[in-house]
Amino acid sequence: MTIYDIIFYLFAAITVLSAFLVVTAKNIVHSAFYLLFTFFGVAGLYVLLGADFIAIVQIMVYVGGILILLLFGVMLTNKITSVEIKSGTIHVLPAVIGLGLFAAFVLSTMMTTKWKSNPAELPFTTVYDLGYILINEYVLIFELLGILLLIALIGAASIARKDKE
Amino acid sequence: MNIWEIIIITVIKIGAILTIMLLTVSYLVYFERRISAWIQSRLGPNRVGWEGILQPFADVFKLLLKEDISPVAANKFIHGLAPFIAVFVAFSTYAVIPIGPDVTIFGYSIQLVVADVNIGVLYVLALTSLGVYGLTFAGWSSGSKYSLLGGIRSSAQMISYEVSMGFSVGGVLLMAGSLSPIAIVEAQYGWMWNAIVQPIGFITFTVAAFAETNRLPFDLPEAEPELVGGYHTEYSSMKFAGFFLAEYANMIIAAGMIVTLYLGGWQVPYIDKLGLGEIVTALMQVGSFFVKMGAILFFFIWVRWSIPRFRYDQLMNLGWKVMFPLSLINIVWVAALIMIFNL
Amino acid sequence: MNSIPIEYYLILSAFMFTVGVTGVLIRRNAIVIFMCVELMLNSANLTMVAFSSYLGQSAGQIFVFFVMTVAAAEAAVGLAIIIAIFRNKLTVNIDEINIFKW
Repeated sequence: MTIYDIIFYLFAAITVLSAFLVVTAKNIVHSAFYLLFTFFGVAGLYVLLGADFIAIVQIMVYVGGILILLLFGVMLTNKITSVEIKSGTIHVLPAVIGLGLFAAFVLSTMMTTKWKSNPAELPFTTVYDLGYILINEYVLIFELLGILLLIALIGAASIARKDKE
Repeated sequence: MNIWEIIIITVIKIGAILTIMLLTVSYLVYFERRISAWIQSRLGPNRVGWEGILQPFADVFKLLLKEDISPVAANKFIHGLAPFIAVFVAFSTYAVIPIGPDVTIFGYSIQLVVADVNIGVLYVLALTSLGVYGLTFAGWSSGSKYSLLGGIRSSAQMISYEVSMGFSVGGVLLMAGSLSPIAIVEAQYGWMWNAIVQPIGFITFTVAAFAETNRLPFDLPEAEPELVGGYHTEYSSMKFAGFFLAEYANMIIAAGMIVTLYLGGWQVPYIDKLGLGEIVTALMQVGSFFVKMGAILFFFIWVRWSIPRFRYDQLMNLGWKVMFPLSLINIVWVAALIMIFNL
Repeated sequence: MNSIPIEYYLILSAFMFTVGVTGVLIRRNAIVIFMCVELMLNSANLTMVAFSSYLGQSAGQIFVFFVMTVAAAEAAVGLAIIIAIFRNKLTVNIDEINIFKW
């Protein structure tokens, strides 16, 4: 049991527990909190896998952007005077049974496949490689993502503003 | 070096940085009061100790003895957690800012930075994004409308100026070719400080730093006449002290980043031509870092007491319609410079 | 780093994905459903990064980049829609948003 194994189990436990609590927490703000821990757990796993840039981008984009958007959404869609926000569940038993079968199927597939493993050493900082292939091989998707973000920006701003009658 | 030596040296570095940070934060409050008094032609605190030098200790003592009130409608857990987030983020950021070059003490070659992260600049930007949470939770969990308005305004302001901050950093990265702060400092040798090579980026980053730390002229979220104190209206005693501490620590971080990215960090131009010994050179460079940081902090305080504050729509207008295009122009400028001069 | 077999990462992401789908099916608040969709996207990202590490290429991380960008765009537009609906119907309970005309 090297130190890497211990750290992996720690981050995996944080991620799994937080993901479970996101779904089962009654208070919406607590759900958002546990989602924050899930994102941090996943960022830690990325660092363990050697993807340093993606880990920091995960924190910047997910924790620093998307989760703040979600928190704003939570804050703006409930009454200001009552701070307790509760939300219920429906159809728990059929969902759990169906998804239990699905999960069993997926897990059995994963554990019986012989995955090809070619663990070459990833470079110390992945920023250079990522930058290079982003501009050279995947440049079309890069440009399309820029257009997508522009469309999202304009769309979100125009949907959310008050209509001027 | 085996693992124990590395651990002990890192613990010593952490202790040193924490001590320096805490002392600087408390004395920054004192200096702000004295400098603001000097600007306004009055005396500041000059009773406690010689010329008021023990004033921060008196303040801490007073704040510790105050009663801790929290409102009835507040969400207790998040209400108590918000100052912790703010302070934690502010103090963690200082781990990647380099104070000086590599020195050799007692045969160990140590770097004068707590953690040499190879993506250090992104780490600082990510922690700045996390700092928004402290304000948002504080504003929302106090259960009062003033705090909620202040919290939302403050987080919207911080998010808007993070964009131009990130793009200004992009210009610096183009020149230095690396995300590590040590490499960025070492790329600014001689007279090629980034403030001279990319002045537009320097201006946009400084303005964004003012907005990120909620300092005047961007401090509408906590302005007293407007919002009764904004997001920290309902806080008292040590939790309020936590927010206060976090604001000044953020100021120090912003000053440290401006010095590292734009003013050459610990570089003194052409100091190796003098041919002094290694220890003397290292001491002079560490001293120059602190002198530059002190100058930037004086600039922060000076601006606060000289300029009126922006209205909220003027603030957002400036952030999105002026600062953001300027930082894009800065990237084009830097790219053109690199292409023309083959840097 | 490679003493953990890749199956552990895949099992972890499969679990996260299942939990996310369960959340989408059983919760009634639109924002919580959104959070569970983000969980599913994160599990896919984790799979891609795990494979990128175990096959020694960085191309897998490019796809993670793209997925994160698409997730951010989707979060922005989705929350704008939810807030627009809230402004009209004053609820985010998906059981009550069930008619096409107001």
